[in-house]
Amino acid sequence: MRFLRNFLDKQERHFNKGGKLEKLYYLYEALDAFMYTQGKVTRSGSHIRDAIDLKRMMLMVVYALVPTVIMALYNTGYQANLALSKLGQAAGEGWRNTVITFLGLGYDPASVVDNMIHGALYFFPVYIITLAAGGFWEVVFATIRKHEIQEGFFVTSLLFPLILPPDIPWWQVVLGISFGVVIGKEVFGGVGMNILNPALTARAFLFFAYPAQISGDKVWVAVDGYSRATPLAEFADTAMTVSASWMDSFIGLIPGSMGETSTLACLIGAVFLIATGVGSWRIMLSVLVGMVGTSLLFNLIGSSTNPMFQVTPLWHLVMGGFAFGAVYMATDPVSAAMTDKGRYIYGLLIGVLVILIRVVNPAFPEGMMLAILFMNVFAPIIDRIFINSNIKRRLIRNVS
Amino acid sequence: MSKYKNILLDPIFNDNPIARQILGICSALAVTSKLETSIVMALAVIFVLTFSNLAVSLIRNHISSSTRILIEMTIIASLVIIADQIIKAYAFDISKQLSVYVGLIITNCILMGRAEAFALKNPPTLSILDGLGNGFGYTFILLFVGFFRELFGSGKLLGYTIFTLNTEGGWYNPNGLFLLSPSAFIIIGLFIWFVRTWKPEQVEEE
Repeated sequence: MRFLRNFLDKQERHFNKGGKLEKLYYLYEALDAFMYTQGKVTRSGSHIRDAIDLKRMMLMVVYALVPTVIMALYNTGYQANLALSKLGQAAGEGWRNTVITFLGLGYDPASVVDNMIHGALYFFPVYIITLAAGGFWEVVFATIRKHEIQEGFFVTSLLFPLILPPDIPWWQVVLGISFGVVIGKEVFGGVGMNILNPALTARAFLFFAYPAQISGDKVWVAVDGYSRATPLAEFADTAMTVSASWMDSFIGLIPGSMGETSTLACLIGAVFLIATGVGSWRIMLSVLVGMVGTSLLFNLIGSSTNPMFQVTPLWHLVMGGFAFGAVYMATDPVSAAMTDKGRYIYGLLIGVLVILIRVVNPAFPEGMMLAILFMNVFAPIIDRIFINSNIKRRLIRNVS
Repeated sequence: MSKYKNILLDPIFNDNPIARQILGICSALAVTSKLETSIVMALAVIFVLTFSNLAVSLIRNHISSSTRILIEMTIIASLVIIADQIIKAYAFDISKQLSVYVGLIITNCILMGRAEAFALKNPPTLSILDGLGNGFGYTFILLFVGFFRELFGSGKLLGYTIFTLNTEGGWYNPNGLFLLSPSAFIIIGLFIWFVRTWKPEQVEEE
């Protein structure tokens, strides 16, 4: 690796003050920091030294996402291959077919490799486009504002493709992530200042701007002209019966956004996040409690016209984006509540809102995105209440 | 002369009623999904604002401070009714699209704001100019927002097709978000961002 270090050192002079590429210094700095730990040392005063910093923390989230990415690859390909065999087509179309034939693979839904490769051909283009378009804005703002490029974008750019349907048009991916990064994050001042989760903001933009490509029955399976509803939509529609078993939904073999289908993968990620201390168990637990409580309440009330009232908490857990949202989205350290007590309230209300939207609101079958964004807005107020009450309590203690 | 000029032109960028004074946002969200309704609404506001400023300014020395709000409201309400009737008479279709929002000019904060802040303390000529200037500032934002919302939301401007929609064999996939009111918030927010980057003296001190 010596040559890489030498190469970077050699190039540095172009980016330093007075160099040709002075304006792009932060791009160079980001590449350098990504390849090597920085040589910078703190110079004065006392500092807390810890192995965990922003870079490490964000990488931990990326590691925690690995199970969902693997399931995303497998399930996207599996659903597509299953649909092809149901339609009686021997092969897919377009450039993906060229690649698959070139690799000598087929479209067998029983073959793990076939599924993984077919899924990868849907997932990775979206991921690469997200990285390029979002990264472009990151560099633009870092250069204008003269700060380093932050690692937080790695998490956002990995989360965003996971919450999109597989055949989302690529230009919409570009628009969505641009909106998420610029309006969701940079207008508030960049990493750490954002009120909303940037990946969810990006998805919300697409959801309201182009509903035809991100909701309904036609988008969840990556085969043209094949429609299959998600279990959530099947529950909401009295005319349909639920076609997936609970176990399939738990493992993630159901149609849906690429990364959100597998509750199992999300649980593995949750264990990792809690064990490393990166994700807040308080939030995850209270989201779960809120969801279970509200859905049990709806089960008790019952309704003769709305079948969603009968859906048990066990089903709510495995359907839609609930697990993914609770583990990776609600726990986002920037947009979630900061105080421990506040986290309970914040998570609880997310759980309650999800079920309210899923059950009572006829317009949106899924509520996780909206519930989290809504509570993101309230998180600072929740924190403020708890911090102020803490100050008051301590004042009283000191006076007496 | 420069005093008159400043009163007339300042409200467009330096002291815009929507982007700087943050008044009258509600109607800017409600009527701007099309350029046509934005224009009519803006004209109605210019009309009401100019004449209410004039009327309040003419009687400013005879109003007692305890009844001034009442009198201002009466003046503004009468003018709004006139504007509403004129629009109903000559542009009935647009009047239907604007629905209650012409009537709601009464509650538009810009009118009360200018009457209270300016017309009560200044002579008629200056008040007319202030009314016109703030009306133009409001118009500018409405046209700006209406332009982008109609163009991106339905691919049209004033009803004429600019981008052919993909449902009609064209290439443009309309952006549904721009037809929803929250998009006006985002556009106004971006406008404020650009103006404050251009004129940093508008940024409040923390």
